Amino acid sequence: MTTVDGRHEIDREAERLAYKPPEVRHDKQGDMGSEERINKAMHHFVKNFNSQTASYLDGCLHCGMCADACHFHVRTDDPRYTPIWKIELFKRTYKRQVGPFAFFYRLFGLKRQVTIEDLEEWQHLLYDSCTVCGRCSLVCPMGIDIAGLVSMARHGMFKAGLIPHELHEVAKRAAETGSPLGITPDKFEDRLEWMADEHDVEIPLNVEQADVLAVMSSIEIQKYPESMAATAKILNAAGESWTFRTDGFEATNFGMLSGNPEWQKEATMKLIDAAIKIGAKLVVLPECGHAYMAMRWMGANMYGKPLPFKVMHISEYMADALNTGKIKVKKLDKSLTYHDPCQVSRRGGATQAARDVIKHLGVDFREMEFGGDYNWCCGGGGGVVTITRADPLRHRVFKLKMDQVEATEADELVSSCANCRQSFDDSQQHFGWDYTMGSLMEMVAENLEERKS
Amino acid sequence: MDLLEFARGPALQVAAYILVAGTIWRLVGIILLKEKPEFSEPRARGGLGAALKVIYTRSFTADPFKPATLYPKILAYVMHIGLFMVVFLFVPHIMFFEGFLGFDWPGLPNSIIFFGGVAAIVSGFALLVRRLTHPVLRLISNFDDYFSWFITMLPLATGLLIPVRLGVRYETLLAIHIITVAALLIWLPFGKLGHTFLVFVTRGTTGMVFERRGAKT
Repeated sequence: MTTVDGRHEIDREAERLAYKPPEVRHDKQGDMGSEERINKAMHHFVKNFNSQTASYLDGCLHCGMCADACHFHVRTDDPRYTPIWKIELFKRTYKRQVGPFAFFYRLFGLKRQVTIEDLEEWQHLLYDSCTVCGRCSLVCPMGIDIAGLVSMARHGMFKAGLIPHELHEVAKRAAETGSPLGITPDKFEDRLEWMADEHDVEIPLNVEQADVLAVMSSIEIQKYPESMAATAKILNAAGESWTFRTDGFEATNFGMLSGNPEWQKEATMKLIDAAIKIGAKLVVLPECGHAYMAMRWMGANMYGKPLPFKVMHISEYMADALNTGKIKVKKLDKSLTYHDPCQVSRRGGATQAARDVIKHLGVDFREMEFGGDYNWCCGGGGGVVTITRADPLRHRVFKLKMDQVEATEADELVSSCANCRQSFDDSQQHFGWDYTMGSLMEMVAENLEERKS
Repeated sequence: MDLLEFARGPALQVAAYILVAGTIWRLVGIILLKEKPEFSEPRARGGLGAALKVIYTRSFTADPFKPATLYPKILAYVMHIGLFMVVFLFVPHIMFFEGFLGFDWPGLPNSIIFFGGVAAIVSGFALLVRRLTHPVLRLISNFDDYFSWFITMLPLATGLLIPVRLGVRYETLLAIHIITVAALLIWLPFGKLGHTFLVFVTRGTTGMVFERRGAKT
């Protein structure tokens, strides 16, 4: 008779019935003792505390409803993926060290001190199984922004050298070379030239004075280079005085995703400096969700004062240009559904922009059930797509997205985030799925009507 | 001083002081933490209006979450409404409040109050069963959750027992009831029952942060 090892659950979703391998990888960076890691994790979590986060940590009712909003929990039924549980260690430390009744908690030993083993386990919960998509923040009856707390907990984890190696490597490369994929200014220039030739489009680079600074994400430069040509076509068609710059082109921010505020600030300041140098009135961000969060909502705070220019996501720019007649597009005869990037729509507030653009395209728009602000995340945001050990979990979670898309029966699927697109492409390959994720911006660029000058 | 005099006098008085002092301490402990300035260009108006909006709107569940959260939400609503009825609309309680507020308001018939109290207790027990059996709740629950449940149910139970008597003197039952109320008031500011006032802070904060982004709240 076979004895079943009950410690490891059977993975019924796998192509072949299999035991789920135990999660044993606990990555560590740097040379620190356990005590030092614990102290650093907690110190850097607590460091940026304000009354907002304190009320959040104090306010949780343990109702567990956030579990029902989280794709990782919904798809696995693993209670550890309950969003508020992901910050449990930090909640505990807050109550022990900082909260209004910290003295009592310590005096009576009411909250157990966090151990290194705890933190190692939480690495999986804070990185592999959270895309910071913020869906949980919308279900919480207390209105706690759990996703925001996860980002803060990541600050602590980064400083303690307790983040997944892959994400650390990518973030480090971004800090050292200016791009998470190692795109140097020369390479960027090469690829721009290639796209300019290929599409016969003028792509201004390093113009000294321009009204608009356009920036890109490395994922686009490397994997979806057509995005560069599409950006150029749209900005040219709108008659903008604009430019790309080799001294400030990378919009992704892996400092933010990995949890290192210093790297986050460096990346943000590069773009701000470039924009100020050319006297830009507007910075147009690429199809990238977290780039929008990093610059539109956090950029000025990194700068320490209001930005001397406006910041727009490309979908907002296109919506504005179409609404004001700066650009025009041909009507398309097909049905289309749209995947909302969490950081642009749900957390960024630009949900309507893509819909305005889609309206101008004249397609039969099929909104996903509970799309828009309540959209299921692609599963790859928040840096998760870079963490290869999380792939099986990410694919499993993606099933929700597949169902949501398929239910629309739309001819085509587009989004406005290269990171989502990458995550879709990977899962498409994994599942042999019919839908290919497209780019809303490329769709607009391909269907621009000639300007009558 | 007999038990009832103790309950009505020093017990309630001390409990009230602790309630007020504890609430102030907890709120001040949160509010005094430094606030980071926000420099991003707002898309919409934040401020107090946004806070009030979310304090109200978050009382209701958004459509996508309704199927999964319907059961606990109904229980929670019944418990809170039952508690509210019992505490504020029971005529003897209103007379008690009138004693130090100086004004009164109309109450509900005792039979309805009794029904509200029983509904609150039944839903409270259902919530406890859920907490003890649901895998997520079992994992995330701690002492505070169970103790706060107990200390909330206690005055409800002792209050409902007063008309039943069970052979015990009315004065004794009343004294026990008041003492359990005092215990609840003493615990309220410290544990999760603090959501009585923290709910305005957390929802309000989220309202202010996300409404100014024009994001979903």
